Amino acid sequence: MQYSITSLVKQALRGHQGWPEAFRHPEPRKHYDVVIIGGGGHGLATAYYLAKNHGITNVAVLEKGWIGSGNVGRNTTIVRSNYLLNSEIPLLEWSLKLWEGLSEELNYNVMFSQRGVLDIFHTDSQRDEAVRRGNAMIMNGVDAVMLDRKQVLEMMPLVDENNGRFPVLGGLLQPRAGNARHDAVVWGYARAADRLGVDIIQNCEVTGFERDANGRMTGVETTRGRIGAGKVAVAVAGHTSQVMQMAGVKLPVESHKLQAFVSEAVKPCVDTVATFGVGHLYISQSDKGGLVFGGMLDGYNSFAQRGNLPIVEDVAEAMMMFLPSLGRVRLLRHWAGVVDMTMDGSPYICKTQVEGLYLNGGWNYTGFKAIPGAAWCFAHTVANDAPHKYNAPFHLGRFAEGRPVDATGGGPFPNHH
Amino acid sequence: MRIPCPLCGDRPLEEFTYRGDATLTRPAADAPMEAWVNYVYLRDNPKGPHREHWRHAQGCGSWLVVDRNTVTHEITQAIQTRPGGEVQR
Repeated sequence: MQYSITSLVKQALRGHQGWPEAFRHPEPRKHYDVVIIGGGGHGLATAYYLAKNHGITNVAVLEKGWIGSGNVGRNTTIVRSNYLLNSEIPLLEWSLKLWEGLSEELNYNVMFSQRGVLDIFHTDSQRDEAVRRGNAMIMNGVDAVMLDRKQVLEMMPLVDENNGRFPVLGGLLQPRAGNARHDAVVWGYARAADRLGVDIIQNCEVTGFERDANGRMTGVETTRGRIGAGKVAVAVAGHTSQVMQMAGVKLPVESHKLQAFVSEAVKPCVDTVATFGVGHLYISQSDKGGLVFGGMLDGYNSFAQRGNLPIVEDVAEAMMMFLPSLGRVRLLRHWAGVVDMTMDGSPYICKTQVEGLYLNGGWNYTGFKAIPGAAWCFAHTVANDAPHKYNAPFHLGRFAEGRPVDATGGGPFPNHH
Repeated sequence: MRIPCPLCGDRPLEEFTYRGDATLTRPAADAPMEAWVNYVYLRDNPKGPHREHWRHAQGCGSWLVVDRNTVTHEITQAIQTRPGGEVQR
């Protein structure tokens, strides 16, 4: 069913009893041209673009839990392309452009809200860094605006303007950035892929790979039986090491956890996505009124989807410095997501050393915004057996070649990116 | 999470800094490039027991080898390292 004002009125008159399921729940077939492991944003979007752009519709998406149960439902929903390096910006900017047309493309309201992302700075050196970043963005065709102190305080009146140690000097604004409804993104891609013939198979965990005598991928073993595959595409961020290990591939990845926080609902008071330049803090307000915010990684390898208290304290302190008037707002929820941290802070969207096995992972904490663009490029890579120019820098061999991306200059220490 | 420093006893997480996988062996200086790439970049990243290096940076300053479960965060052992990197038993 096409969603439209007509279908909404029709269903309203029937008391909303007649809405069909958004996507089917098929039994797995014996064989698919492409099997995608991971039914998160990246996996489902890859299936959609394989079908839409490349005509490959005999595709299955295997999800070990249910659609929306993984990291796609655990992020802080920020979408931006305010990156620094020429290798990164085209991919993220392409992603942002796809976001701008996504609701129409999918016939599903992903509530993409271009409320801007504002990086506030407090020292001269941070201002220099912001100017450099803004210029890099503009040179790559991305929108970037420098705001002075007055303009920042007009946009974010709750920011503590009397902080003597760290005064607000200004901010770097990307007006086209913003956020989106994360569940809607995954449901929208699932429905759109399903309508093009993709099978979405939930509660189906991959337990092993099957390869022929030449080492080529021929299928996967799952908790719902063997499924043959012409090609296998992995998009399981958080557990990429574990899945790829079953294929004998060791990766430059450590799994870390990142915490996120939601407050009780309050009246609209933060109408952009703001980052605080002194501590590590980013905050926006959801349509329901909850303040959604987060800070740094916990900093050590972990697969526990829960955080430790030092980071809670750290984030709370940063909030009190940044927006002291929200000090009495109570925390409603708090959780952690497991993220693939890589050796240079950049992802892998590439072929692997195993023929017929493709990887989209290593997203650090930046996977959500990249869903449309990265999946678009990943589908291109799987369909053509070669990367698109946007994802060409993001291959596994870059470390051996001495070409890490490494925007922060942090070196091969995943918890520093 | 509290780490049982062998010199200071149970101390809170925020006193420690993390280095990572302690099972990696540094290759010889003239080892082939592949050995160095593997050492610097590739990780087992186990889900479960993990042997790792921590430093009691805000305490006694010792480098420690800690056996910790990456799912439950349970710590079964924390011992000092020697400067050469081998584990002191």
